[in-house]
Amino acid sequence: MHEIRETLRAFVVENFLFGQPDPSMTDDAPLVENGTLNSTGVLELVAFIEEEFGIEVDDTELLQENFGTIGAMTRFVSRKTTGVSHG
Amino acid sequence: MGDGKISSGVGRAATDQPNLWAQLEIDPEAEAKRIASTIQQHVHGVLRRRGVVLGLSGGVDSSLVAALAVQALGPNRVLGLLMPERESSACSLRLGRTVAERFGIEVVLEDVTKTLEAAGCYERRDTAIARVLPGFRPGDKCKLVRPGLLEPADARLFAIVVEGQDGASKRARLPPAEYRAVVASTCLKQRVRKMMEYHHADRLDYAVAGTPNRLEYALGFFVKGGDGLADVKPIAHLYKSQVYQLAEHLGVPCEITSKPPTTDTYPLESSQEEFYFGLPHRLLDLCLHARNHGICADLVAEHTGLSTEQVHTVQGDLRGKLRVAERLHRPPMVVDPIAEIVFGTSFDSEPSKEVR
Repeated sequence: MHEIRETLRAFVVENFLFGQPDPSMTDDAPLVENGTLNSTGVLELVAFIEEEFGIEVDDTELLQENFGTIGAMTRFVSRKTTGVSHG
Repeated sequence: MGDGKISSGVGRAATDQPNLWAQLEIDPEAEAKRIASTIQQHVHGVLRRRGVVLGLSGGVDSSLVAALAVQALGPNRVLGLLMPERESSACSLRLGRTVAERFGIEVVLEDVTKTLEAAGCYERRDTAIARVLPGFRPGDKCKLVRPGLLEPADARLFAIVVEGQDGASKRARLPPAEYRAVVASTCLKQRVRKMMEYHHADRLDYAVAGTPNRLEYALGFFVKGGDGLADVKPIAHLYKSQVYQLAEHLGVPCEITSKPPTTDTYPLESSQEEFYFGLPHRLLDLCLHARNHGICADLVAEHTGLSTEQVHTVQGDLRGKLRVAERLHRPPMVVDPIAEIVFGTSFDSEPSKEVR
């Protein structure tokens, strides 16, 4: 989980915060709501997750509960890669 | 009338709960006079131009601006441009002509297809689509869509829908690079049209009138340097439902006021709702009005039939769009303020003497 989280966080920082880490970007910070991601940003994130973790994201999985925060994405990727629910 | 001039007597239901729908009603005659007087002041008084040029798309917004410009300046000082390209709906051209005839204004036909071909508009877009859907061929029809705001997939990613020449339809989610390529290519349409508008404005010593309504202006539904560019924007303060009220009052043909707003940007017909707004304009008007006046979600839900949770979803989407629009509206940023450029002052006046 830790590795997934750090990989996602590094991608977000590099691509959407232009390499400047934001201390307010906690695991639970809403990325779309707080302006870090727009709809194109979500597209980029989905494409990155599919390529980096070798998973396919179905349209029906494009939910706030899976992509709204770093924490949500970490749990989603973890579930998809291990098939185990981490709650 | 816009947002800030709602009379206190209007918009109250018998229960003493505010009637939000009534708050969007305007006095069309008074509002038309107010806008016409402002156009006159802006065009003649501030910009020192003889008239206005505007693109006539056959939609309700440009039709209304044409009617208001005629009321403000007279039909001889308004030029309508019809600017179809090879993928435009034939209906747009016909309705544009109808509006010009109704309000007695001169029109010029500028088919922008060749300019767009020369700029690579169609080829760049089709190449990007073919990377995602290898069977796609030039001449196949396409459009961009995204899930509605109230649909379950709340990440709302853009997808491309294509219809082959055999009528078969395919849909695919767009990777970011292809999405950007498709959007950047199609934005050429709005930018080429704006270039033509300014050409005619320069030729006639006219100003360019933009036609965004409040939803488009505030929520960023425009192309910077394209339809977002103009000297005056006479209906940018009006919610879409107010645009319809005023258009009907001024005699815009009902064939125009009764058809749903479309983008007329992609070969497959696409409504503004499915392309950008994600909600019917009437509901969006009310949600934006409520947001602007601090009206609680429960009251909006009561008026619209949406659940309170859905209203919160819409409000979240509005915040995102407003943020994007704020960046689009920003004037170019400079390192230091340029003190000699101050709007509202006479450029003929002497510079103030420096005090040493």
